[in-house]
Amino acid sequence: MWNYSEKVQEHFFNPRNAGELEEANGIGDVGSLSCGDALRLMLKVDPDTETILDARFQTFGCGSAIASSSALTEIIKGKTLDEALAVSNQDIADYLDGLPPEKMHCSVMGREALQAAVANYKGEEWSDDHEEGALVCKCFAIDEVMIEDTIRANHLSTVQDVTHYTKAGGGCSACHEGIEDILNRVLAERGEAPVGSNLQPSDSRSEGHIIPDDQVSGVWVSSSAGEKAMTAADVAADAMAALSQIELPDTPVVPDTAPVTGNTAKPVMNNLQRMRRIEAVIERVRPQLQRDHGDVELIDIDGSNIHIRLTGACTNCQLASMTLSGIQQQMMEELGEFVKLIPVKSAAVGV
Amino acid sequence: METIYLDNNATTRVDPEVVETMLPYFTEQFGNPSSLHEYGNRVGLALKKARGQIQALLGAEYDTEIVFTSCGTESDSTAILSALKAQPQRREIITTQVEHPAVLALCEHLEKEGYTVHYLAVDGQGRLDLEQYQSLLSEQTAIVSVMWANNETGTFFPVLEMAEMAHARGVMFHTDAVQAVGKIPMDLKNSKIDMLSLSGHKLHGPKGIGVLYLRRGTRFRPLLRGGHQERGRRAGTENAASIVALGKAAELALQAMEHENTEVRRLRDKLEKGILSQVNYAFITGDPDNRLPNTSNIAFEYIEGESILLMLNKFGIAASSGSACTSGSLEPSHVMRAMGLPYTAAHGTVRFSLSRDTTEADIDRVIVVLPGIIDQLRTLSPYWKYNAPVKESFDPAYA
Ligand SMILES: Cc1ncc(COP(=O)(O)O)c(C=O)c1O
Ligand code: FES
Repeated sequence: MWNYSEKVQEHFFNPRNAGELEEANGIGDVGSLSCGDALRLMLKVDPDTETILDARFQTFGCGSAIASSSALTEIIKGKTLDEALAVSNQDIADYLDGLPPEKMHCSVMGREALQAAVANYKGEEWSDDHEEGALVCKCFAIDEVMIEDTIRANHLSTVQDVTHYTKAGGGCSACHEGIEDILNRVLAERGEAPVGSNLQPSDSRSEGHIIPDDQVSGVWVSSSAGEKAMTAADVAADAMAALSQIELPDTPVVPDTAPVTGNTAKPVMNNLQRMRRIEAVIERVRPQLQRDHGDVELIDIDGSNIHIRLTGACTNCQLASMTLSGIQQQMMEELGEFVKLIPVKSAAVGV
Repeated sequence: METIYLDNNATTRVDPEVVETMLPYFTEQFGNPSSLHEYGNRVGLALKKARGQIQALLGAEYDTEIVFTSCGTESDSTAILSALKAQPQRREIITTQVEHPAVLALCEHLEKEGYTVHYLAVDGQGRLDLEQYQSLLSEQTAIVSVMWANNETGTFFPVLEMAEMAHARGVMFHTDAVQAVGKIPMDLKNSKIDMLSLSGHKLHGPKGIGVLYLRRGTRFRPLLRGGHQERGRRAGTENAASIVALGKAAELALQAMEHENTEVRRLRDKLEKGILSQVNYAFITGDPDNRLPNTSNIAFEYIEGESILLMLNKFGIAASSGSACTSGSLEPSHVMRAMGLPYTAAHGTVRFSLSRDTTEADIDRVIVVLPGIIDQLRTLSPYWKYNAPVKESFDPAYA
C-alpha cells in the first residue's frame, strides 16, 4: 500500500468541501475518465474583493487525488485570487505532510484545476502546457517526458549528464537502465551511437554501467578509500553507522542529529570554516533565485550531505533540480570536496 | 477489528501445518543435502519426499521433472531463456498480451536483444483466438509461453490444447501456472506441456520458493550454473526448509482441491451475486464461465480502484486492484487494456480472490459494506449524479 501520511488518509476519508457549489462563478475542470483522474473545482468569488468565499470540489481518482482536492479547497478558501494562484502543487503536498513521489501528479492536477477555475472566472482561456510521462526515477520523482525534453534541449548523451541536469539517477541508481533507454532513443534519432558502446575495455564493470560508480553524481566513494586500505574494524564501524541511519517507516526522514558516517571526506578545514563557506555559497545564489520568486535555505549539514529547502516559485518548477545541481556544483568548487545537496521536503515523503 | 483477507492471488497465508513442517529445517535439520554424512542425508531424503509430493499435485511422470527455483519469476525466466539458448537458430517467441510481468517484461527485454515476440490478443472476455495462434507457429518459434490462469481475472487459457498444437509443429510449450496450480487438477504426464512454473506462496506455502516442471527429454540450458544441485539444472544450495514446506503445501492443496472447486466457488459466486444485485454500473471482467473458482474481478464504472481499496481497507477488508495510478500516464492494468474494457470502467476494477481460509461470514460482510463504499465514492465523482452517470456534462477541455 502507498505510504500515505496520516493527513492524506484523513482528508481522503473525510474530504472537506466535497460536492457541488450552486453559486459557483468560477469552475475549473481538468483530467478525464480515461486518464484515471479528473477534478472539478468550483469557486465562489466575491467580485469586489476577488476573494474566494467558498470552494468545493468533485473528484474521480485515487486516494491522493481526493485528498489533494480536499486540501486545495481548504488552502484557498479566504484567499484572494492572486494569493490563491501563488499556491504551488508543492504547497498542496506540504499541507498533506507530503505525497509519495508516484503521486505528486495528483497535487499538480489540483494546481491546474485552480488555474482553470480562475481563468474561467475571469472569462479567459486556460491552456494546459503540462505533460507528464511514466515515472522513471522514483528517488527524485522525475518522469520520462522531463528526462526526454532535457536530453533534447541540452544535447545530453550520458546518464551522468541526465543526473546533473535533472537529478534523475542520482540516488539509488535503479533507474539507470530506464534513463539509458530514453537516451538511446534520442541518440538514435541524432544518428549517434548508443550509450555504452564506447566502453573502455579496461572497465571491467561493464554491462549497463557506462560511468564508473564513483563519478556518478550522488554515488561516491570516500576520498580516503583509495588512499589507505580500510581495516575490517573501520568497515564494520561504517556499516553500523549506516545501519543506524536506516529509518523505520514512521520516523522522520531528516533526523535531528544525523550520525556522521565514515563516508565523509576528511575535513581539510575546521567545521566552523566549512559551515561559513557553505553559508556563503547559499547567500551568493539567493539573489538569483529571488529574482525568480524563489529562495533557498540551509537546513542542516550532515557530513557530506547538505540539507537545504527550496521555497517559493522554484520548489516545483522543472528547473528545481537544475537549480539544485547548480548549487551543488558551486558548493563543491568552494569546498573542494564532494558534497550532496538534499532538498528537504515534508517528512512523509519517504525518499 | 476482524480482518477479511480476499487477496489470495497476491499471496496466501502459510498453512500452520506447513509452518510446522518447515521449522525443524531451521534448527536441528540444518545439514546440506549434498553432504555425505547423516546431517546431509536426512535433509536429502526430505527434499526427495517434497519432490514426490509436488509430482503428485502436478501429475508428473517422474519426480526428477521437478526443479526447485527461488520463485515463480525465476521459473518463467529459466524456461524462456533456456528455450532460446537451447535452440539458437529459433528467434521467435509466442506469448499473450495478458501474461504476468514475469513473462512480459522478459519478452520486452528480449525484443530489444533482437528476438521477435508475438503477443496474442484477447477478446472482451479475455479469450484467445486459436486460429491466430496456429498461424504464428513456425520453425522459427523457439517457445510458446502462455499462462494457465490469469492472475487478475482468473480466466483460463486452453493450454492443454495449445500445447498439442505447438507439439504438432515441433515447438516447445511453457505455461505459467502460478495461479492455477493447487486450484484445479493437473495431469501433466498425459499432456504435451514441456515446462510449467509454479510458486509456493500462492498455495499456502512460503514465499521465495518455486518450481520449474521440466518434462524429461526437453532440451534445457540452466539459468544458474555452478554446483550439481537439481542435477545441474539449477545450481545453488537448496532452500531446504522452503522446499520441504512446499511439498507439504502441495499435499494439502491436493486434499483441498475438491473444497476449492465446490465451497470456495460457491462463496465466490455468492459474493458476485450479492454485489451485482445491489450496485449498478458494475460487471464481472474476464470469462465468467471459464475461470479459477476463487477469483472474482469486478469493474465499477465511474470510480477509481485505489480509492475503493483504501475504503475497503478501512473496513478491514483486503482486496486488490488492477489499476496502477502511479504516474502522469495513468494506465489501467495491461490485462484490462488488452480486453478493451470501456474507459468508464478500466480504472475501477477490483479483484477479490478467495481461498480455503475464506468463510461465509467474510463474504457476508463484504456484501454489506461494499455497496456503501461505491455509493460514497460515486457521490464524490464529477461523473455521477442521482445514482447515474453524467459524463456528458463533465468534459474538460484539458485532459
Ligand atoms: C501468473 C503469475 N506468474 C508469476 C508470478 C510471480 O511469482 P513469484 O512472486 O513467486 O515470483 C505471479 C505472482 O504474482 C503470478 O500471478
Ligand atoms: S530511482 Fe532514480 S536514482 Fe533512485
